[in-house]
Amino acid sequence: MASITFREVEGSSLKYWMLFGGIGLFVLFGFLSYLYMHHHGHVVTGMDNQIVWGLPHVFAVFLIVAASGALNVASIASVFNKPMYKPLAPLSAILALALMLGGLLVLVLDLGRSDRLIVAMTHFNFKSMFTWNVFLYSGFFALVGIYLWTMLDRNVKAYSKAAGTAAFIWRLTLTTGTGSLFGFLVARELYGTSMLAPMFIIMSFAYGLAIYLMVLVAAYAWTGRPLGDAVMMRLKSLLAVFVAAVLYFVVVYHLTNLYFAKMGSVESFILRDGGIITTLFWVGQIVIGCAAPLVILLSSLGRQRSWIMIASALVILGGIAQMYVTIIGAQAYPLDMFPGMTMKSSFYDGVIHQYSPTMAELFLGLGGVAIALLATTFAVKVLRLLPANLDDATVAKLEH
Amino acid sequence: MNNMKSMSDDTPSSPERRRFISVATVTAAGVTLAPGVMLIDVAHGRPEEQAASNAVRWGMLVDATKCASGCDECVSACSTENGWTPVAESAHPKQAPQWIRKLELQDPLTQAETNLPMMCQHCEEPPCVDVCPTGASFKRADGIVLVNRHTCIGCRYCMMACPYKARSLVHEPLNDTQKPDVPRGIGCVEACTFCVQKVDRGDGTTACVEACTASGHNALVFGDMNDPESEISKRLRELPTKQVRADLNLNLGVRYHGI
Repeated sequence: MASITFREVEGSSLKYWMLFGGIGLFVLFGFLSYLYMHHHGHVVTGMDNQIVWGLPHVFAVFLIVAASGALNVASIASVFNKPMYKPLAPLSAILALALMLGGLLVLVLDLGRSDRLIVAMTHFNFKSMFTWNVFLYSGFFALVGIYLWTMLDRNVKAYSKAAGTAAFIWRLTLTTGTGSLFGFLVARELYGTSMLAPMFIIMSFAYGLAIYLMVLVAAYAWTGRPLGDAVMMRLKSLLAVFVAAVLYFVVVYHLTNLYFAKMGSVESFILRDGGIITTLFWVGQIVIGCAAPLVILLSSLGRQRSWIMIASALVILGGIAQMYVTIIGAQAYPLDMFPGMTMKSSFYDGVIHQYSPTMAELFLGLGGVAIALLATTFAVKVLRLLPANLDDATVAKLEH
Repeated sequence: MNNMKSMSDDTPSSPERRRFISVATVTAAGVTLAPGVMLIDVAHGRPEEQAASNAVRWGMLVDATKCASGCDECVSACSTENGWTPVAESAHPKQAPQWIRKLELQDPLTQAETNLPMMCQHCEEPPCVDVCPTGASFKRADGIVLVNRHTCIGCRYCMMACPYKARSLVHEPLNDTQKPDVPRGIGCVEACTFCVQKVDRGDGTTACVEACTASGHNALVFGDMNDPESEISKRLRELPTKQVRADLNLNLGVRYHGI
């Protein structure tokens, strides 16, 4: 097998520092939003006692799910022994770590008492899915960190497969845990199903790979390194499979719900009468997130790099829409305490809850995305994560 | 002294008289102390160092047939007792905490209306306690579900988990309406405590029940559901009652009649 040369990105050009500064600006905005929210309380957000998890959770959960999926490329290389993916693995691992960092920061900074983070680290209730997630997140950092080390340090290279397998199993468990944050909730109609765990796993595959593709292409284009079509064609086909699988899960989930009379009204809310939620479902989640990327990736358009980039961007946007529908949509529909009765109260019982996120929430969420990108941009400068050359000839040698 | 001595010396003490005095003393002591002892037993007031006991299960009966439309005495009493701002006075009504609220239900087919107060149902199997990552959400041995103000991190997972929308997050800095025995705080989640401060004082009732009784509606009864002789137990034996979302099998501390 031919060897691959990994090289740091030089990162001394004006373009690099402008990119770094631009992303850094969003990190700063995110931090200022946090300070603003922390100082005044959640009263300055669009969240209330009806919509208790808002836009920051949409970003946080999206990033955490995508983090697990970003590790996919590395897993294919070491767990499933596909040599072509080996040179792509280090970037995959660093992206996984960076996205997880961004997601967790948003989650933690949106707490009502983010100053009590130490309490969350020292007091555990092991019946809580949240507690399990605390361990799954920290374990993810540790395992992916070790895995990355085995990729970068020749002395420990022998352990790469073991570390990769452990990280692979861990990340499947982690996303099961993320899906189960919602799956283990009995109160709301759209949650409380084991379907959410595997659905989140397949969503993670799609979101993670879409982000990976965009970062990979951007990194190679901006550094002028050759990136052949062989890699791109393989990854875009994989993305198409993942997106189709997401669509399959979404269809089965809603069809099952529609079959039960008790779910009729909440399903009509999401699919027909929910206003912005319905629009986000059909236009965001289904058309932008699934149908359009599938058409692009499976048609002749998918042979052009720019179209693969568009498809990836659509998968990411559709993914955020899907998270919005999953998290906000389920809360916007009122709790059905007395089935068959209409309800009225001073506490907004029986009415659809409106939610308008404020700029603070938006920038806190974007801050998480920015942290992930900033960490990746910095990592490729200081670590040998990217192969110097990924043209078709180099990649072809790997498979023989 | 001499006089007294001589008096006692001189007085003949018959066995009957002695018996009478001892019986009288015991009776007098009994009459004086018994109500106190009985009261303590009834109300389960307990000293601070004594833990809550699972021999008691505090509960509430809501008779929806007596709950008057438009009356919100229970809500005002709760707000006054526990120091939360009434929603009508709040600048941010959607974000204002409401520990108890009046629900107006209507059957769209028959147009029949039902009124009832809704608050924390003090489940025996509380989903909020299950999901709380830090254990801040907890159930006392006597069935009261509470939030530990010192370990709540404001993650709101309990609010996602509660089937009764019973919990509120404190969204903004609190004003000076706070009560010394009802700790609250910005960024923390809170809900009905069954007036735990009153229960622990030995009042044996809650602010909402007192207000409902005072207004003459008598729709609410509070007491120990484990004590077969308590008023609530007797009424629960007589009246058919339901639990809200009984399908979830959470074994609620609040039972409704007439729903």
